[in-house]
Amino acid sequence: MPTPNRNAWLLQGIGALVLISLVALLAFNLQVNLQRTGLGLGFGWLGQAAGFALGEHVVPYSPSDSYGWALVVGLTNSLRVIVVGLLLATVVGVSVGAASYSTNLLFRKLAFAYVALLRNVPLLLQLLFWYFVVLLSLPGTPLAPLGSLISLSRQGIHLAGLELSTEFCALLTGLTLYTGATIAEVVRGGISSVPSGQWDAYRSLGMHEWLGLRHVVLPQAVPAILPGLASQYINLAKNSTLAIAVGYADLYAVSDTTITQTGRAIEGFLLLLGGFLLIDLVISALMTALSRLVSWRR
Amino acid sequence: MRPVLLGGLAATLFLAGCSQPDGIGEGRLQQIRSRGELQCGVSGRIPGFSFLGTDGRYQGLDVDICRAVAAALLGDGQSVNFRTLTAPERFTALRSGEIDLLSRNTTNTLSRDALGGNGVTFAPTVFYDGQGLMAKRTSGIRSVQDLDGATICVGSGTTTEQNLNDSFQQRGLNYTPLKFQEVSQVSAGYLQGRCEAMTSDRSQLASIRSSYPLPENHLILEDVLSKEPLAPATIGGDQTLADAVRWILYGLIAAEEAGITQKNIDAQLKKAQSEPKLTALRRLLGVDGGLGSKLGIPDDFVVQAVSAVGNYGEIYDRHLGPESTVSIPRGRNHLYTQGGLHYAPPFN
Repeated sequence: MPTPNRNAWLLQGIGALVLISLVALLAFNLQVNLQRTGLGLGFGWLGQAAGFALGEHVVPYSPSDSYGWALVVGLTNSLRVIVVGLLLATVVGVSVGAASYSTNLLFRKLAFAYVALLRNVPLLLQLLFWYFVVLLSLPGTPLAPLGSLISLSRQGIHLAGLELSTEFCALLTGLTLYTGATIAEVVRGGISSVPSGQWDAYRSLGMHEWLGLRHVVLPQAVPAILPGLASQYINLAKNSTLAIAVGYADLYAVSDTTITQTGRAIEGFLLLLGGFLLIDLVISALMTALSRLVSWRR
Repeated sequence: MRPVLLGGLAATLFLAGCSQPDGIGEGRLQQIRSRGELQCGVSGRIPGFSFLGTDGRYQGLDVDICRAVAAALLGDGQSVNFRTLTAPERFTALRSGEIDLLSRNTTNTLSRDALGGNGVTFAPTVFYDGQGLMAKRTSGIRSVQDLDGATICVGSGTTTEQNLNDSFQQRGLNYTPLKFQEVSQVSAGYLQGRCEAMTSDRSQLASIRSSYPLPENHLILEDVLSKEPLAPATIGGDQTLADAVRWILYGLIAAEEAGITQKNIDAQLKKAQSEPKLTALRRLLGVDGGLGSKLGIPDDFVVQAVSAVGNYGEIYDRHLGPESTVSIPRGRNHLYTQGGLHYAPPFN
């Protein structure tokens, strides 16, 4: 039957043509606009002194360093909150997801309430809540409920020798709890994909609930969980750009200042897009590798 | 297959339509005229400069500048479409052609003016401002020197970050900046006590303070960290529009110099028309000289602008004068004849 095949090819061809012309149009538009404003693309400004200070940095930084270095500092700040957030959100998400299958009624209800509340309130509002309502309402003089182990004040939090800024804590709490709720749903979905016979099987062997969940159910749920988990991880990385709402100097906040001072909006956004594309591609690649590893071991 | 093809075609046309770089070959001034409306970018969140009034209309000094330009170009101060913009959005909005005029507390600086920077063209300064610091009265902070090692809340997308750094470095003081995107967040961070002081233009500090429950508990420090000549701006490379806006604003100042007000403008115009000896007045009000035509706008542009919003002094008093809620002493914003910096070049 040659006709359907030819039609399919024609359709593909038209689709490709439309796509190419759209891209060409946008590129042409960009070029015309750049010419009109008398600006070419250039990245020479990356070497100039930034001239602005940053609230926090894990690598050395001073205002006399270059714009390029300031952006690197912003990237490290972003990575710091993303990496810690990923780990904590996974712990929260898996615990809550597993709790929704608990035999304990209270645990099940709590898990349900947590997911319902956190998943349905916009993340930006949650961040503003954690920062302005919760953390900034802490007293100015540090509270130390557990002696030197932890001390809380609105200027920052000291945790076992670690000094964390209020802004970092607010962002981390918001991202962790929000992403934790969506991960919990992914985990719950994964668990529910395991045939109910498997539950009966370990119970009939007299295994403890938790042991059965860990050794029988979860290993079978993991392949179903991983793809969903990957997209939640990527979401967390992208959502970290809301940092500026709570005063945290992430990559977006630094590019924002850079763009304002240099006027290089297009280059600044290209770097920003490139930076986040890179982070997300790395997360995506790692998760794909993990999926492969899991299926290979099976 | 046909729906797909048509859909693709429609999408292409749609995108082509909205991505068309407008304004090539046609001046912005002509576009405003054929559109019959001025697209004006304002903040919308700064009492005294641009703020939504109780009647649901924008009001403030920046807003009246938009209305004056609309009146001068189109003969109607109401034919303005206000677009509220955040500080980081404003230049993109101007350069992309989304707005014709940016009237949003924007500091005139070299980098913003230059083609290699933001590439906009600035109109004359409408408000001479300076960056300041605000601290709580109870904190005991009285000058910049008291802020060594302090955390300072600052807004994004402005020159304030750089100025803050310059003046603290110059004085050998340390500080930690805490940067937020919105003025409201800067203010909240300061009120909640996360930072010892907040920084912004002094006019903005006065405006923010006026919205606090107890304004008298907050002190705007005497130190002025920078020069902030706030000026409207138009897109770079369009001299016709830039010239028109420049002279409309000079017209507002010249009207104050000549004692022409919203109230007496009709009488002044009649006087100019009937007395040929008043040559300077006749040129200013467009009776003689055809000055507007040289700019490509109606000859009576000053009359239209002043009828719509009054002269510069009237605009200032309406929004920032002693009777207004955001009272800022006029200081440098007086006419040059009264020790201020406002001065209109000759209407010749």
